[in-house]
Amino acid sequence: MEIIKGVPLTSYILLCSMLFSIGVLGVLYRRNALVIFMCIELMLNSVNLLLVAFSRYYSDSNAQVFVFFIMAVAAAEVSVGLAILMMIYRNTKTTDIDALNKLKF
Amino acid sequence: MITQYLFYFLTFTAIFCALLVVFSKNPIYSALYLIVTFFATAGHYFLLNAQFLGAVHVIVYAGAIMVLFIYVIMMLNLNKEVEPHKSNIIKIAATVCGGILGLVLIAALRETELGEITEYSNNGIGLIEKLGNVLFGAYMVPFEISTVLFLSAMVGAVFLSKKNIH
Repeated sequence: MEIIKGVPLTSYILLCSMLFSIGVLGVLYRRNALVIFMCIELMLNSVNLLLVAFSRYYSDSNAQVFVFFIMAVAAAEVSVGLAILMMIYRNTKTTDIDALNKLKF
Repeated sequence: MITQYLFYFLTFTAIFCALLVVFSKNPIYSALYLIVTFFATAGHYFLLNAQFLGAVHVIVYAGAIMVLFIYVIMMLNLNKEVEPHKSNIIKIAATVCGGILGLVLIAALRETELGEITEYSNNGIGLIEKLGNVLFGAYMVPFEISTVLFLSAMVGAVFLSKKNIH
């Protein structure tokens, strides 16, 4: 059964899986802390999209409220995270995460 | 059929631009491609008839979060290819890990039994009227707590960006 004509729910699951994997790939692949933040936003986005799709296909509005809260938390997370990034840059003069290896051993 | 073509167009745009976010050398290009990805996601929300969330997504992500990102790129003067080369073995390992994760997710979820899908009626669950009733009814207390979260995030951001913290 398809609510949007010609688009089954499985398509949304596949799309969100791909977007989430691309986010994980970006976190592992890049070493610039700013781009890693962007990839985390990408992962949050894919989960939001899947929640909205499920809420639409099962006619449940609670999931959309959850997505609203996830967006609020993401906004707060980005503001604090970018402040931390500014402090890192002020102390190390780089946004390379490999410079932050003091806790490695 | 127009919705189907729209779905595939938005899906292709989202995935292509997400890949470009990861593989662009320059952080400012990553940020710009991320904006395109966000707009494609907002298009998906509108396609799913969740107008309120689509509008909030454009305002919060494309409006607020990306402005923060681009402002930080400007302040740190990252508008060049400053990234030193990661060794090839790490890049290959990262690609393999991401690919395997995607493969596992897709293979596991492709044939899922999704249960009974509720009959579609144009009940407007994504509209602001229904959503507001739920948000200010059952989810009143979490909504109030999220304001405290914002206040603490604001205080934390101001405190972290001060110089000379004692």
